[in-house]
This record gives sequence, structure tokens and C-alpha cells, in this order.
Amino acid sequence: MNESTLLLVEVGALLLALGLLSRLASRIGISPIPLYLVAGLAFGHGGAIPLSASEGFFEIGGEIGVILLLVMLGLEYTATELVDSLGRSRAAGIFDVALNALPGAAFALLLGWGPIAAVALAGITWVSSSGVIAKVLRDLGRLGNRETPTILSVLVIEDLAMAFYLPILSTLLVGASLFAGALSLTIAVLVVVCILYLALRHGKLISRLFAAHHNESLLLGVLGLTLLIAGFAQQVNVSAAVGAFLVGIALSGQVAHSAERLLSPLRDLFAAMFFVFFGLSTDPAAIVPVLVPAAILAVVTISTKVLTGYLAARRAGIGVPGRWRAGFVLTARGEFSIVIAGLAVSAGIEPQLAPLATAYVLMTVVAGPVLARLPEANWFRAAVKRRGDARRAAEALSSAN
Amino acid sequence: MTVRVEKVDLPGIGTRHDVLTESGRRVGVVSHRNGSRELAVFDIDDPDASRESVALTDDEAAALADVLGASMMLSHIMGIGEHLTGLFTEQLKLPAASPYVGGVLGDTKARTRTSTSIVAIVRDKEVIPSPTPATPLHSGDTIVAVGTRKGLDALAEILTHGSARRTD
Repeated sequence: MNESTLLLVEVGALLLALGLLSRLASRIGISPIPLYLVAGLAFGHGGAIPLSASEGFFEIGGEIGVILLLVMLGLEYTATELVDSLGRSRAAGIFDVALNALPGAAFALLLGWGPIAAVALAGITWVSSSGVIAKVLRDLGRLGNRETPTILSVLVIEDLAMAFYLPILSTLLVGASLFAGALSLTIAVLVVVCILYLALRHGKLISRLFAAHHNESLLLGVLGLTLLIAGFAQQVNVSAAVGAFLVGIALSGQVAHSAERLLSPLRDLFAAMFFVFFGLSTDPAAIVPVLVPAAILAVVTISTKVLTGYLAARRAGIGVPGRWRAGFVLTARGEFSIVIAGLAVSAGIEPQLAPLATAYVLMTVVAGPVLARLPEANWFRAAVKRRGDARRAAEALSSAN
Repeated sequence: MTVRVEKVDLPGIGTRHDVLTESGRRVGVVSHRNGSRELAVFDIDDPDASRESVALTDDEAAALADVLGASMMLSHIMGIGEHLTGLFTEQLKLPAASPYVGGVLGDTKARTRTSTSIVAIVRDKEVIPSPTPATPLHSGDTIVAVGTRKGLDALAEILTHGSARRTD
């Protein structure tokens, strides 16, 4: 077979396999992300059936996948929601970074990795998976719950914080000087603030470039603008992902709504390629020695995430059962952790980071939705009922007096 | 009498409106950005958790709103307008001594005299939306009217005494 025929066969077979895996995932009610990663491991270097022709294709596809993941995230939130969440749940955001990023950084230093790998691992353990968590909330019928806005605010703040974290990480990764680092951070801050200002005050301005009801031109236009801005952002070390996120924020109204609908199939395709590519570039044999450290890290940061959710919900005036629900639902890490690990790996720091991140995300993304269901268990409900009965009894007593 | 409707943003999803009932229960409506909505009934033991959440289609939501009565909805919609236009909505009881008891709505000439609009009449828990000038008025009817502060005050006077005292 010549090269291009082989490419078609490999890509076709892999996509078909991913389709079946995704179906399996929805059948057993888990996120498809861990299955995609495992598929990537199986077909990558040192895997069961290494691919030969299509790795380059998956690499480009994966890069586009990150950009699409981020632009869709930006489209989901309006600028007002970002600013409001920041105002309302700032304290929760601070608990979140202190409780979850610091253990990651400390762990990397304990393993004897350099400070740059510590910054990367801090990001990996910090950011929960908005995609997985939003789906879990939906599946468990918890969108109406009173702790849900708090959970979503924490996710929004994490995503917004990425707009500052990723530029810092990418500057550190290229080994730039302190001055260059400060410069690109300043650029990032200015750009983010400008975009938020534009989106808040002149939201219609950028959206006017596009016609909301002309599908073809909207799809090409939004995709083009996103890739273009992502490319420029990459060039000034602000990270392509952040550029894409900001394009998503800047679009609003009907244009954002239509673009979300049009881009989501593309996102599904390219994001799957991204997870597969990350798996492809990781040697499964390298995972075995990091399994124990990954498990320790997962247990530690799952507990700190539960604490984060608990504290954030307590601040919002939610009762004890709601605090536990908020804590357990936040534990899943996912796409962002892989994005961060992907950046670090492509810069070639710390060879053990990729296998550790893979194992870590596999563990948390599978454990997260299971832990989120804990408060649905009978013993939890029974405890809640006992509390309710006790409260009503106390109220009846006090009103009788 | 006043019911507080609490509005909460759900970033990336939509909004939730909650009503806390007098009996201490909480009922909420989650409006998704794509237009679909859910009715949430909160748990009695854990007032933060929606124990049941029911997805409603457009038609089902409209039917449910009809059953529950249009008046609550109206005052809510008008709540948005109050900040912008100075429009208010008010529920006025038609007193037994009113000269219009036994007449029809057209007799009051409310629209011409006060520039207010009578959008519904509530009688024995039954709602008559968009009443016409021929709709009869009974003692004890609740008249739901929309207008400026001044117009509504004048309407209240007219319904009680048959004429508005000159306020200027």
C-alpha cells in the first residue's frame, strides 16, 4: 500500500474504533475520554499495533482539537457570566488554586523534577474537567440544585484562570528569560482584559462580522478567525488555546449560539483525535512505573478537590449535604490536564510527565463521576433524612415553647 | 402576599428561577440557553437538592403556566420592565361599593381615562386573560392592570369612586 492509501485505512479504522468506544462509554455511562486515551496508548509507540502513516495527521488534528475545545468553552460562557462568577466566587477560586495546584507542584518537586515541571503538574492537578462535570450534573438531574451555581462558578474561574496560566507555562517551557516571561504575561493580561471589555461593552461588534443564519459562511468564518487568532497567540507565546478561548468569549448572541451548534461536531471529531494523539505519543510501558505515584497524587488531589467544593458551597450558604455533593462532583480532571501535559511534553521536559499525567487523568476521570454519585447512595440519603427529621423536631419544639 | 422569585445564573447552561413557598418548600425552573426547561422540586430534608426534575416541552410549560394562572407570570414579566420604562403592574380588588359592580369592563373607560391596560381579571381563582370591554365585572374581582404609577393610582380611584380625583 502506498502512503496515502495507508493513511486512509489507518485513520478510518481508528475513527471507527473510536466511534464504537464512544458508544460503549455512553452505554456504561462514563466519559469517552479515558477510552480515547487507552486507544491512543494501544496504537502508539510501544503499543499493540503501532500506526505508521497517520501519526502526523493525528498530530495536526490534535492541535486543532485543543483549539476547538477551547473556543467551544469560550462560546459557552458569556463575558457577563465570567465577570459575575469572578466577583461572586473569588474566594472559592483562591481555595481552589491553593488546595489543588500546590499539592501538584509539591509532588513534582518531591519526585525531583525541575521547577518548570512543577508548574505544569500544578496545572494538571488544579483544573477540573468542565466537560465531564457539566455532563455529570445533567445526568444526575442536579442542574436545579442550589449548590450548582457555585460548582459552575468554580469551573468558570478555573477556565478563565487558564487564560493567564497557559501563557506563563508556555513562556517557561520555551525557556525564555524572566523579562520575556513577564512580557508575554503582560500581553496575555492586556489581551484578556481588552477582549472581556469589548465583549461586555461592545458585544455585537465582533459578532457583526458574521451572519448568524448563513451556516456555511459562519462555520468557515468562525473556524478561520479562531485558528488565525490561535496562531497569532502562539507566535507571541500566549498559547494557541488561550487565543481560541478569547475568540469564543468575544462572540456573543445569536452568532455564538449558531457557532456552538455548527462547531460541536467538529469539536467531537478533533478533540477525539487530540486525546488519541496524546495516548499515541505516550509509551504504555512507561506508565507502569508511575502507576503508584499517579494513584497517590490522585487520592491526594481528589481529597483536596472535595474540600474545595465543600468550602466553596459553605461560603455560598449551602447546607452540609449540598457541600458534599459540590465537593465530590468537582473531582474529575480531564481535557485541560491533558492540554497542559501536552504542552509540557511537546516542549520535551521531564519524560515521566506524560505517562504520569495519562495515568492520573485516567484515574480521576473514571473515579470522578463515580464519586459524584456517592451522595445518591442510600446511606447518604438516610443520613440526610435523619438530619431533616431532627431539624423539624427541633423547630417543632422551639415553636411549641 | 409578596412572593420572592430568586434568579440565579448557571454559567454555560442558563438560569434558574426559584420560589420559596410559605410552607418552606422550594420550587425552581431551570431555563436552558437552548430554550428547553426543567421544573425542579426541592427535597424536604435537604432544601438545596432538587429531588425531582421534570423536563418540559414548550407546550407543556405553557399548559402548566396556564393552569397555575397568568397573573404571577405577568407581574414577573413586568418586573423586568419596571427598571426600564417606569411601567408597573398592579392587582386591584374591585370593592363591593364600586359603581361598576354589575357593569362591564368597557364602562370604566379605563384605557382612555388613565392610559392603563387591564390585562387580566381574576375571579374565584379563575383567570380571564385579555378581557374585552364586554367582560362583566363582579364584586371582589381582582383586576390586573399595567400602566404608569400615576395611571394606576387614578385607576384605583376610578374603580372605587367612579371618578378620579384631580391630582394635578
